[in-house]
Amino acid sequence: MTLLDVQDLTISRQGSDAEIVRAASLSLEPGETLGIAGESGCGKSTLLLALMGIVKPGLAVTGGHVQVMGQDLGSLAPEALRRLRGQSVAMVPQSAVMALTPTMRVGAQLAEALAVHDILPPEAIAARTTALFARVRLPEPDRIGARYPHELSGGQMQRVAIAMALACEPKLLLLDEPTTGLDVTTQAGILDLLGELRRETGMAMVCVSHDIGVLARLTARVAVMYAGRIVEDRSTADLLTRPAHPYARALMASVPRIENPGLPPSIPGSPPPPGLAGPGCAFAPRCSRAQAACERAPSLSPLPEGGRIACHAPVHGSLAPAAMPAPMAAKEAGAPVIAVRDLVVRYGRASLLSRLGGRSLPDPVVAGVSLTLAKGEILGLVGESGSGKSTILRAIAGLWSPSAGSITLDGTNLPARVTERERTALRRVQVVFQNPDSSLNPRHTVREILAQPLRLYFNASPTEVEARTRRLIADVRLGPAHLDRRPAQLSGGERQRVALARAFAAEPDVILCDEVTSALDVSVQATVLALIHDLCHARGTSCLFVAHDLAVVAALCDRVAVLHRGRIVEEGPARSVCSTPDHPYTRSLIEAVHRA
Amino acid sequence: MLGLILRRLGAAWITVVVVAVVVFIGVEVMPGDACTAMLGRDAARGDVLENCRDRMGLNRPPVERCVGWAGDLAQGDLGVSMKRDRPIAGIVAPRLRNTLILALAAALAGVPLAIGLGVMVALRRERPFDIIVSTVALVAMTMPEFVIAALLILIFAIWLGWSAGVVTAAYDAPALTLLFATPLPAVTLALVYIAHILRMVRSSVIDTAGADYILMARMKGVPERQIVRRHLLPNAILPTIPVIGLTLAWLLSGVVIVESAFNYPGIGRLAVNAVADRDLPLVQAITLIFGLIYVSMTLIADLLAMALNPRLRTRRL
Repeated sequence: MTLLDVQDLTISRQGSDAEIVRAASLSLEPGETLGIAGESGCGKSTLLLALMGIVKPGLAVTGGHVQVMGQDLGSLAPEALRRLRGQSVAMVPQSAVMALTPTMRVGAQLAEALAVHDILPPEAIAARTTALFARVRLPEPDRIGARYPHELSGGQMQRVAIAMALACEPKLLLLDEPTTGLDVTTQAGILDLLGELRRETGMAMVCVSHDIGVLARLTARVAVMYAGRIVEDRSTADLLTRPAHPYARALMASVPRIENPGLPPSIPGSPPPPGLAGPGCAFAPRCSRAQAACERAPSLSPLPEGGRIACHAPVHGSLAPAAMPAPMAAKEAGAPVIAVRDLVVRYGRASLLSRLGGRSLPDPVVAGVSLTLAKGEILGLVGESGSGKSTILRAIAGLWSPSAGSITLDGTNLPARVTERERTALRRVQVVFQNPDSSLNPRHTVREILAQPLRLYFNASPTEVEARTRRLIADVRLGPAHLDRRPAQLSGGERQRVALARAFAAEPDVILCDEVTSALDVSVQATVLALIHDLCHARGTSCLFVAHDLAVVAALCDRVAVLHRGRIVEEGPARSVCSTPDHPYTRSLIEAVHRA
Repeated sequence: MLGLILRRLGAAWITVVVVAVVVFIGVEVMPGDACTAMLGRDAARGDVLENCRDRMGLNRPPVERCVGWAGDLAQGDLGVSMKRDRPIAGIVAPRLRNTLILALAAALAGVPLAIGLGVMVALRRERPFDIIVSTVALVAMTMPEFVIAALLILIFAIWLGWSAGVVTAAYDAPALTLLFATPLPAVTLALVYIAHILRMVRSSVIDTAGADYILMARMKGVPERQIVRRHLLPNAILPTIPVIGLTLAWLLSGVVIVESAFNYPGIGRLAVNAVADRDLPLVQAITLIFGLIYVSMTLIADLLAMALNPRLRTRRL
């Protein structure tokens, strides 16, 4: 019997005709694996929740049906639906940190997953919990149940969530971005575990992810979604090597790859806001192959080589490896703009009590780092969370005072605190933060956001401000119409571009980028990376680019420094570090990327 | 954890000391002093005034008097009332007991009711029950205590005749007698803060209901009632505890009005009388007691919230 059968499922916003998921059809046999790929807002998580009979408040199923083991979820009584959830279909949530109840011990939460389905006598539950903890390879499985979620690491919480999902041995396991937010090495461990569990239990899996690499590891088949529709449904191998839908091809190409450094091509334009795609093919406005027929939405029809596609003009043939960009001319190592020497940074101070008690200072987050940034150079700083990469950036920006070491700008010492620095020094070093949602003032228009540095640093006259804001917004490839919008009216990628424009408004010598693409989708990330590259090269601006993703750093940067526990363990030209890493830690990072 | 408790206790002590000093300064900067108040405007002059000041030690420098007062306080000596010419401790103690009876009656009946209603309303969000209760709560919040008191007396004492309009018990009546006299004053006191707590609990429950872990529990197949009991409520009530403590402490300011309105022999009415009599030592002592109650209520609430929150209770391993 077909395990999962979805026919023409449509999910809309209540009280409007905005369709978040549009006529999605899927089927899955027992033991099969399916990935759902797509960028934020494409409806993939909404579709996944619907497979459990859950729609978020404000949404409603307005067409089609979902059948699990022959039962139509839409017509099941609440009690029957409850029995199905967790027992036949289980979910590994997107972020276990948020999905575990903070006031309950993790053992009790796992035991509850067993108890509510009455599949075990109560006295057997404790033993089963311990066995489940052991199965997801948590340390001390007999004791870890007594801990609260906040006493576990992110990876451990994800393992607890997986144990909860496995508790009743479901036939179908749903995974919503199961590794997002975890470090690369932790991520690789979770993926290994999931693959192993699937082989052992033979359960079917549907995994939603924006990361094609994750899907390639876990699933045999992948459906690509765009603006609420499934546009391509292929075997993973076919999708990776010869995707047929123009969107799928562009998406695959925009993923930065370690083995193929250089900037990935980006997709022009941006996807329609969720639910607001027109009647035709939603990708047509951004598609180079768009034709008259694309006015009508294409239906999902079989491809001769297997799989299904919804496109009037599919592309045949394998994905050409992205044209290798011309090797960047090896730059003359000019005089350093920024020089950091023996930097030591600690968070928190020893309290009076602990000092009296003779206890030592907290361990430094940055333990003696020296680095230089030459004029016009883009230097990547890579490391996992807690490696101290953002802390170095904050110290250079003057947002956190170092305990020791010096930071110089063009040979002159920079005061530790931003408030003690001169205005010219402030102008010359600009910061772009990870999250443009919180780094842009929501009450200001883009025009006001860009005008402020112009007035502050250059005393520009109103006409001059207007001319320069227009030039800046064009430089980040947005139109003058964007000047009158507020951050809430922009997409995440557009917001990050405004943040970049604001940094460049000060005509800085150095920009400090803190994980600026980690909150963005891959295709948007490609656009922002290209922008940083072009702006820095055109203006001779130096850039310190902090990121956790080695592939992203390799794509953009001239030189890379790898951080591990507050120290630089390897440093060199981006290509040679990625192709011939010297330090074992760098090697393990690259391996984790390849395995993921 | 222990360090945290000690630090909070230390901070509470410092607050009490600051309150005491402010009270002292407040009385000090008022025109006139205890003697001019006691003797009256016409008699307070010349030798009479000087003698009185000598007798009461008012001629010593303020710092010396403040330290002396603090020293007495530390030994539990609140001083002597001028008007009543008796030790303040003896005057305050029975009335403080009466007020505590009233406040406890209001709190014990009101807090569970407020939390329960808040939760029920939140779970029936935007349905008629919610709309009616929330509106009534809003109206109760905006009405001053003396209006509510007058309305309740009109309805229950005059129209229905269910209870006496004012309390006739003496300040030293047995506790049980006073307890029977509390319903109307207690309801008046409770109405206002019930509304506050209800609205706060309602919004906290609604916030928590949107959390990922509630969705996760649903996806585990946990029955709805159990979701509410085990996942929703502990997390929704936790952040409201300190605010409930603050609301209860704040209830004391209501005590002054409610006790006067119902002629209830508590410390609130004593405060009003002391001010009217210009009995400065007594005013000073009562203000300090109010401050002390306020500080200890917030301290208890904070410690309770800490004890119930595993994130504060346990250390990362």
